Amino acid sequence: MSKNDIKVALIGNPNTGKTSLFNQLTGLTQKVGNYPGVTVDKKEGTSKLSATQNAIITDLPGTYSINPTSLDESIVLKTLLKKDIKESPDVILVVADVENLKRNLLLFSQIKDLEIPTVLAINMVDQMHRKGISIDLSLLKKELNTEVILISARKNEGIKEIKEAIIRCHVAAKASPLCGINHKIDPDYFHKLKEISPNYTLYELWLMVTQNNFPETITKEEKEKLLAFKQDTSKLKKYQHKETIYRYQEINKILNKTYIVDKTKATDLRGKLDKIFTHKIFGYVLFSFILLVIFQSIFDLASVPMDFIDATFAQISDFTKSNLPKGVLTDLLTEGIIPGIGGVIIFIPQIAILFLFIAILEETGYMSRVVFLMDKIMRRFGMNGKSVIPLISGTACAIPAIMATRTISSWKERLITILVTPFTTCSARLPIYAILIALIIPDKKIFGFLNLQGLVLLSLYALGFASAIIAAYILHKTLKVESKSFFVVEMPNYKLPSMKNVFFDVIEKTKAFVFGAGKIILALSIILWFLASNGGASYKNVEKSVLETAANQHLNEDEIQQKIASKKLENSYIGILGKTIEPAIRPLGYDWKIGIALITSFAAREVFVGTLATIYSVEADDENTTTIKQKMASEVNETGGKLFNFPVGMSLMVFYAFAMQCMATLAIVKRETKSWKWPLIQLFGMAFLAYVCSFLTYQILS
Amino acid sequence: MSTIADLHIGEIGYISEESLDFIPLKLLEMGCLPGAEVQLIQLAPLKDPLYICVNGSHLAIRKETAEIIKILKSE
Repeated sequence: MSKNDIKVALIGNPNTGKTSLFNQLTGLTQKVGNYPGVTVDKKEGTSKLSATQNAIITDLPGTYSINPTSLDESIVLKTLLKKDIKESPDVILVVADVENLKRNLLLFSQIKDLEIPTVLAINMVDQMHRKGISIDLSLLKKELNTEVILISARKNEGIKEIKEAIIRCHVAAKASPLCGINHKIDPDYFHKLKEISPNYTLYELWLMVTQNNFPETITKEEKEKLLAFKQDTSKLKKYQHKETIYRYQEINKILNKTYIVDKTKATDLRGKLDKIFTHKIFGYVLFSFILLVIFQSIFDLASVPMDFIDATFAQISDFTKSNLPKGVLTDLLTEGIIPGIGGVIIFIPQIAILFLFIAILEETGYMSRVVFLMDKIMRRFGMNGKSVIPLISGTACAIPAIMATRTISSWKERLITILVTPFTTCSARLPIYAILIALIIPDKKIFGFLNLQGLVLLSLYALGFASAIIAAYILHKTLKVESKSFFVVEMPNYKLPSMKNVFFDVIEKTKAFVFGAGKIILALSIILWFLASNGGASYKNVEKSVLETAANQHLNEDEIQQKIASKKLENSYIGILGKTIEPAIRPLGYDWKIGIALITSFAAREVFVGTLATIYSVEADDENTTTIKQKMASEVNETGGKLFNFPVGMSLMVFYAFAMQCMATLAIVKRETKSWKWPLIQLFGMAFLAYVCSFLTYQILS
Repeated sequence: MSTIADLHIGEIGYISEESLDFIPLKLLEMGCLPGAEVQLIQLAPLKDPLYICVNGSHLAIRKETAEIIKILKSE
């Protein structure tokens, strides 16, 4: 970013096509960063305004007002109140939807009163004719005292004009309030407020008082005076109400002169669709059907790229191994880093496909209908209609799912959603379930058509959802968290999804997984590799002792190498760790080898399968599941029976269904809840539950 | 006096002036103002939440919120 770049903040109500406009302005230059001090993602991109002038565009979360009610919305206030030269925007670009112009102008009027140069973009003007709307643009510009541009972001119309307006607005650098709030409500009161500081506009001071949000630049003395205004809270509330009504009066006055709707021209497609989508019975039937289609296609569509990624990484690993000189670094690369990266990449197809569906449902406006349908049900369990989206997303990966809870304004409902989302069956549990089901459930059909193995997998998904719901209910009844629950959701008009928006959304969420989980999975893979390939004195003697005994057993070279690898693991640090925890996991039916896999899979659940492959000394082509399966099937316990018998397999699946075996999710929960308290409660609570349930499963079944 | 929660699907009412102090600020900001026309569009099972159209905004609100907003019904 160069010094001359104009800093533009993009603000608007949700569902105004703000994202479309951002994508049009910035394209592939956009990236997600962090706001300093707060932990919400900041979307930024560069836009070429003219041959010589660039702008840095920040996409702020959608909001109806500067007064925030959710974490997402509070970012807007924080950004606008910042007086820091480096951070504060030079120009604000407000996006409004032509159909809901009145409501959209409320936010505009608040921003205008901050006295920052502002451009108003009225979007979706291609719909104007169809909706019977006409606007007197030149009069509107005059009345609002602002640059007003009519655009159609999806059709890429008016983008050039916006860029020009931003430059003009920046050069002129003049700004004036739209609704002087003081004289209409209580002139004396607001006069006293304004006298506190000449460095801030009246509206800024008012926001500091009502929102209890102070910029760093404010002096201690000024802050104390402002705090004095906070004493009379009922008065503040009353004045905020009055302010809003006054704003609407002013907006109505302006729109009466400039904005005409001919209602006879409007078609009621929305009403017809709503009759079906929000119907008491059909609405739910349709929603279930959509979910079914989504899950079915995830399995069908994702398997091909996943197999491909799997095979590719195995090849890369083999290739590196055979082409690099033998040594610790090569081992680190081929046994730690490459499989570690592969373990992350493998989940991208599933995650991307699920988020593709979710993005489409959100873009069309259907998701709001789901929120409407599910709110009452979810509320019984202490959550919110909006919790449905994280819970569905959780079947791909809990990380983006937990980030999707930010729109829930009630802290308690949001917290419960965050805490129970990891119960849903995420894609990392699938490889574990797959191999265990193949081992212990016979591949046969019941009633002639239902595949028994598929049925067990389905029950595990059901178990995930059920435990999320039950845990939510328990938390709902026990958590003593103060939070006022207020719920309002806009039901946007139905529209065809913009593929560009869907594409960027999928990229963004997939990135959240790759970088959120990826870093931790990779780091832990390396640590675990180290622990598994180093050990005490006995570790160093493994090779010698195996070779000594091998002479008597007539083993061939391959078998000897496998035996060495297996014995090495047994005597490595991690093997010692596995043996240490063995007494604790014995009642669940596990031996020390499974114990090792439990420990290593703490990085990420799917590591379980890979670790077992190493322990059971499966050869280099450990991507061949049949080989792992055969080795596991032939493992015996001390009584001579199969180690992976029905009780042990079930106990393990139950364990993975409940246990919080994912470092990356814990890190995200810490970030989102801003304390270690909740992730630790989650970790120990879920581990306890997993232990008890696996214990019961094993003891009852065996 | 009736509230939004008393509306039947398709019925229209006008938000009464005396509701002003009870309407949550956020709803006010979304256009739910005294005097505004409000129409009930759809009800979820158990009449909660309610899908309304107020002042041109299409919103879903919970029954508990609808019950505190008084309206005058159009005859």
